[in-house]
Amino acid sequence: MTDHHGEFDSVSGRSTTGHEWDGIKELNTPLPRWWVISFYLTIVWSIGYWIVYPAWPLISSNTTGLFGYSTRASVAVELANLEAVRGEKMAALAAAPLADIERDPALLALARAKGKTVFGDNCAPCHGSGGAGAKGFPNLNDDDWLWGGTLDQIMQTIQFGARSGHAKAHEGQMLAFGKDGVLKGDEIVTVANYVRSLSGLPARKGFDAAKGEKIFADNCVACHGDGGKGNQELGAPNLTDKIWLYGSDEATLIETIGQGRAGVMPAWEGRLDPSTIKAMAVYVHSLGGGK
Amino acid sequence: MNKTVNPNELTSDDDDGPLYVAQKKVYPQSISGTFRRIKWGLMAFCLGVYYLLPFVRWNRGLGAPSQAVLIDLPNSRFYFFFIELWPQEIYYFTGLLIVAAVALFLMNSVGGRIWCGYLCPQTVWTDLFYAVERFVEGDRRERMRRDKSGSGLTLKRVSEIALKHAIWLMIAWWTGGAWVLYFNDAPTLVKELLTFEAPMIAYIWIGILTATTYVLAGFMREQVCTYMCPWPRIQAALTDEWALNVTYRYDRGEKRTSVKKAAELRALGQPVGDCVDCYQCVAVCPTGIDIRNGPQLECIQCGLCIDACDNVMTKIGRPKRLIGYDNDINIQRRREGKAPIYRIVRARTVAYGAIIAAVGGIMLYVLATRSLLDVNVLHDRNPVAVKLSDGSIRNAYTVRLLNKSGYDRVVAIDAEGPVNLTTHVVGVDSVTPDRPMIVIPRDSTSELRLLVTAPAESNPEKSIPVHFHVTDIGLGEVANTTDNFVAP
Repeated sequence: MTDHHGEFDSVSGRSTTGHEWDGIKELNTPLPRWWVISFYLTIVWSIGYWIVYPAWPLISSNTTGLFGYSTRASVAVELANLEAVRGEKMAALAAAPLADIERDPALLALARAKGKTVFGDNCAPCHGSGGAGAKGFPNLNDDDWLWGGTLDQIMQTIQFGARSGHAKAHEGQMLAFGKDGVLKGDEIVTVANYVRSLSGLPARKGFDAAKGEKIFADNCVACHGDGGKGNQELGAPNLTDKIWLYGSDEATLIETIGQGRAGVMPAWEGRLDPSTIKAMAVYVHSLGGGK
Repeated sequence: MNKTVNPNELTSDDDDGPLYVAQKKVYPQSISGTFRRIKWGLMAFCLGVYYLLPFVRWNRGLGAPSQAVLIDLPNSRFYFFFIELWPQEIYYFTGLLIVAAVALFLMNSVGGRIWCGYLCPQTVWTDLFYAVERFVEGDRRERMRRDKSGSGLTLKRVSEIALKHAIWLMIAWWTGGAWVLYFNDAPTLVKELLTFEAPMIAYIWIGILTATTYVLAGFMREQVCTYMCPWPRIQAALTDEWALNVTYRYDRGEKRTSVKKAAELRALGQPVGDCVDCYQCVAVCPTGIDIRNGPQLECIQCGLCIDACDNVMTKIGRPKRLIGYDNDINIQRRREGKAPIYRIVRARTVAYGAIIAAVGGIMLYVLATRSLLDVNVLHDRNPVAVKLSDGSIRNAYTVRLLNKSGYDRVVAIDAEGPVNLTTHVVGVDSVTPDRPMIVIPRDSTSELRLLVTAPAESNPEKSIPVHFHVTDIGLGEVANTTDNFVAP
């Protein structure tokens, strides 16, 4: 910002910096005064900021500032406000009998919105983001339910899970008939073909239906029931329908019968609050398969 | 321009000077005449509409707002007398903007910058602010003399300045106040504003618009038109040789001299013009230009110079309209001794008129036949299809029903496709299970989850079209839409 040699440019009337390149001189164009003043004011401002707000790191903590401001505390306040805003609606959801929620369009919309979010956070890793399931993880959109598809049954399954270790969890599993030496290899093949025939799937050539029926009656009926209709008390699937959790091809069935199955559904009680579980039950029920 | 310059002889005096020219303060003189009267009338009309329209009532039935013009942001509705628009119908505004733009072109091709001179808010408010300034501080000469002499701040002067700004701010505040009334029930909001119970956002917007009105009309004035507004540039490109513009009729002769000298020259049969170089046209100009230099970017064509010149011509006994709405073609024709011709109806104006009529007609037709019952359907993406235990296939859809009428509706949803389809709406216990019936409250939407099932034996193809019919059972109105039914 110094004027050099008192030299002035004739066109603009400004002083030059004294720098010269091939006859071209640089005009002295200082920062505008207002800008410089603003800049110094921000420095002054920052000193005030250090004093009233948390600013400087210390060895194990930091300066707290005169105002006692803390971002963590302000987040806590905002979360509490959010709860207060949501509280009223969520209270209505918590108070409503489970069966009535779907009949009230406003409550249904709320439960579905809440359920969808929570489902995405907690259930989607296994069941898929739309609840379409995968091998070993049931599709929640269809009408085939291992542990029952009424609202109460769905809620119970979410709350306590299956084989989750929770005291109230659903128990019961598919035994490993081959591994445990109950059935021999050829018997497993026969009964696997028999199971396929229950839902009208074609059986292997030369398969002995009578023998299959006998093996099924001796070993499977206890859980899967007469004719293989299943038993939701034990989580034993219906073997006569078109829906297969692990697959209906012969090899998969042989694997299922020989090595058993015991998929786990975790218990969500404790991790999710009661009204959230309620919203989730309604959401899953409303996917379309609910009874 | 035609002066030849030897670059070697250039000195700093020949430089073009700075790119930015500092504002020259304009002191428009008060004037009376035809165009001034038109401007007063239009100003009263425009301001009247702006300030009073929110208070006009319109009966829409119980529970609906009774304000004729209302932009209801919280409920996403726009009301204009008998029209009610939803957010998804915003495209009507596209039509409105097209009509507005072409109307501007039409005005331009008939009479130049009619919009700028008489109707633009910048002109209307600036004109009003000038009137206040003249009323408080006196006319052109008085203010010019005072500014030049820089006479000190006497008590009278201070009170004048204070009064002027107080009136300006009051008008500006009233302008901002009227603006927010378009977004809320006007009488209620006025009451709340007066008792300081209105929402903070109302005060903030009033503050913003008070500031813009005060600054734009009180200080920036003609600079807005000259530097900020794009329309003068567009206008200049759109105009043609037939458009009537405020024009100095140079066919009325040169040279410009005093009345006395002109009479002498005229008596001698020497050429002399009607212009007496009185500079009245410059004195009244709100943008401070000399119209005798021909059409220029700064000219908003308000016609006040016509009034000023007419007054002078009457006084000196020469024909009026030395400055008037005219064009170069007629100036040339008069020079050649031919009668002037005016072509208001020509290809350009007819085309603009036709576009306005066509777009306006389409808008009116669409508005008149606008359906008050509508349906949108969104197919579930994950999973797209579900196989049920009996082998039947089900697809789920999110259905949004729109009831734009002022009454509740009972509707039934039917799905129709190449195969037999059954429908179910989650949460709806239907009397007839295959035909779900839903109540949609008036002026609202309902979002539903619709399940459509095809029996196993129908064995549908990979993807088949499915038509949804939403029927108002009471009135028989039907809304249709089509989506796909997908097999796994």
